[in-house]
Amino acid sequence: MAREIPYIAAVNEAIQLEMVRDDTVVFYGQDVAPSDDDPLVQAFGRDRVRVSPISETAEIGMAVGLAIAGYRPVVELLMAEFMLVAMNQVVNEAPRLRYMSGGRVKVPLVLKAGYGFTAGWAGQHTGSIYTMFAGIPGLKVVLPSTPADAKGLMASAVRDDNPVVYLMHYLLVLEHGDVPEGEYLVPIGEAAVRRAGSDVTIVATGWTVGKALEAAEMLAAEGIEAEVIDPRSLQPLDMPAILESVQKTGHLVLADQATRHASAASIIAAEVAEHGFSSLKAPIKLVTAHDATIPYSEPMEAYVLPDEVKIAEAARQALGTAPVTA
Amino acid sequence: MAAAQTAGAPALGRDEALALLRTMWRIRCFEERVGKMYRSLQVHGLIHLSIGSEGVAAAVCGALRADDHVYSGHRAHGHALAKGAPMDRVMAELMGRSAGVCRGLGGSMHLVDTDHGLMGATGVVGGNLPLAAGDALAAKLRDSDQVTVAFFGDGAVQAGHFHETVNLASLWELPLIFVCENNGFAEFTPRSAHTKVQSVCDVVAPYDFERRTVPGQDVPTLRGAIAEYVAAARAGGGPLLLECLTHRRRGHYEGDAQG
Repeated sequence: MAREIPYIAAVNEAIQLEMVRDDTVVFYGQDVAPSDDDPLVQAFGRDRVRVSPISETAEIGMAVGLAIAGYRPVVELLMAEFMLVAMNQVVNEAPRLRYMSGGRVKVPLVLKAGYGFTAGWAGQHTGSIYTMFAGIPGLKVVLPSTPADAKGLMASAVRDDNPVVYLMHYLLVLEHGDVPEGEYLVPIGEAAVRRAGSDVTIVATGWTVGKALEAAEMLAAEGIEAEVIDPRSLQPLDMPAILESVQKTGHLVLADQATRHASAASIIAAEVAEHGFSSLKAPIKLVTAHDATIPYSEPMEAYVLPDEVKIAEAARQALGTAPVTA
Repeated sequence: MAAAQTAGAPALGRDEALALLRTMWRIRCFEERVGKMYRSLQVHGLIHLSIGSEGVAAAVCGALRADDHVYSGHRAHGHALAKGAPMDRVMAELMGRSAGVCRGLGGSMHLVDTDHGLMGATGVVGGNLPLAAGDALAAKLRDSDQVTVAFFGDGAVQAGHFHETVNLASLWELPLIFVCENNGFAEFTPRSAHTKVQSVCDVVAPYDFERRTVPGQDVPTLRGAIAEYVAAARAGGGPLLLECLTHRRRGHYEGDAQG
């Protein structure tokens, strides 16, 4: 039974359901339930729901230790950039210990943060830095773009026996969507086809999925049917789904809010260039943010970001219906 | 700061003294053999020997149960053996063999033996500290009387991970015992080049939890101190810090200029 709820409510619903289901799930972070009246504290108590100080290395490192010792922590990190403060724990400890111990320990934990809040939050709070995590062996990375996926991917992340970087998009928190009630899981590593089409494949993540769908409407008015694919997970990445689509359409546009060489678009482009070359009828087009720190000024912020106009134009270029610009 | 003697520490009984000596001797022989094997290329990579700090490993790990957890750092061979890891499987690990405690996948700096409570060792100085705190929190959440020990050197104390971990361990009153092996050196430079605060106990003073400096070569005193600490932590009295003044008799890593 599905009903419409906002993205942020879907995320919280998943955490609550998992905490009910499994006593070993604990949730903490900065500003998490500061008051004892908070429903989470009322439901689960202060042992399982805590406020932590601004100490990312300790917050994340303690999650690693809790996980090794049999718990399943979900750490609220608020902004993806705050994980950078604790990169040793995120990159060098959490994902590596299972392997380096020969599998003798496992580290089930979720690092929850928001990203991409390009609403004037400026250079240090608006990044799309997911590829810093997506190439690390042992670390999973998910980017839900709909409320249903926000719920389903959080549930899967909590149940996964590996460390998962769960990045929700801050521009999507109030977007409403149909979300199933009760237990709902979305597999990590499985892409979703948001719109079927046969002329050009557009792969998009997070907030750019909506932009890609808008671009698809613009293109449809011109007789071009775009297929929009949302990978939903960056690691593991569902390349078979993307390759299957490119085989069908022969044309590929990759939309990504990240800067070019730090984008999922670049990773996917390389994979398709190597494994899907014979499917391609035209060069791959990337539509990413400009290689710039996100400006504070609103028109400049909009200028550096991908949008539906840029995505549609890239599709036309791929199809040869527009002159290719340098 | 003068080394604090544990007032009225019970003298070690003969059997206990022999057991500690045996552990220390085993560690020493093992480490000397590892040094030889390193030079003959049977052990490779980055190796840090515990020669000189056997007493701390033997005394501290000897006071723990199998289900008490230990988190160590890059210089963990002595801790592993003292905690009960089988010598042949640790050696196999250093030789990169599949019979090793980590199936040959971790190596010297990342020894894990969950059967004996060695839950993690990290090659990044101080990286183990918050892990140990998380483990201690797990013990507390379970209402168990397990304690967690974090081994680290004086070189780890100036980094953020130490301060953050001390703060949270103190705030959340965790059953965590910080054991600092202060050999006066961090990698290749003396402590005085790293900080104006000579004693690690003084660094944590504002948090006002139990802290003591003991000579790391005085095994009876060390043994008495750690026994008190373990009892206190089991009774809910953590965190605690034991600063052991010890020596590093070889270089920072095998083959370095100081060796």
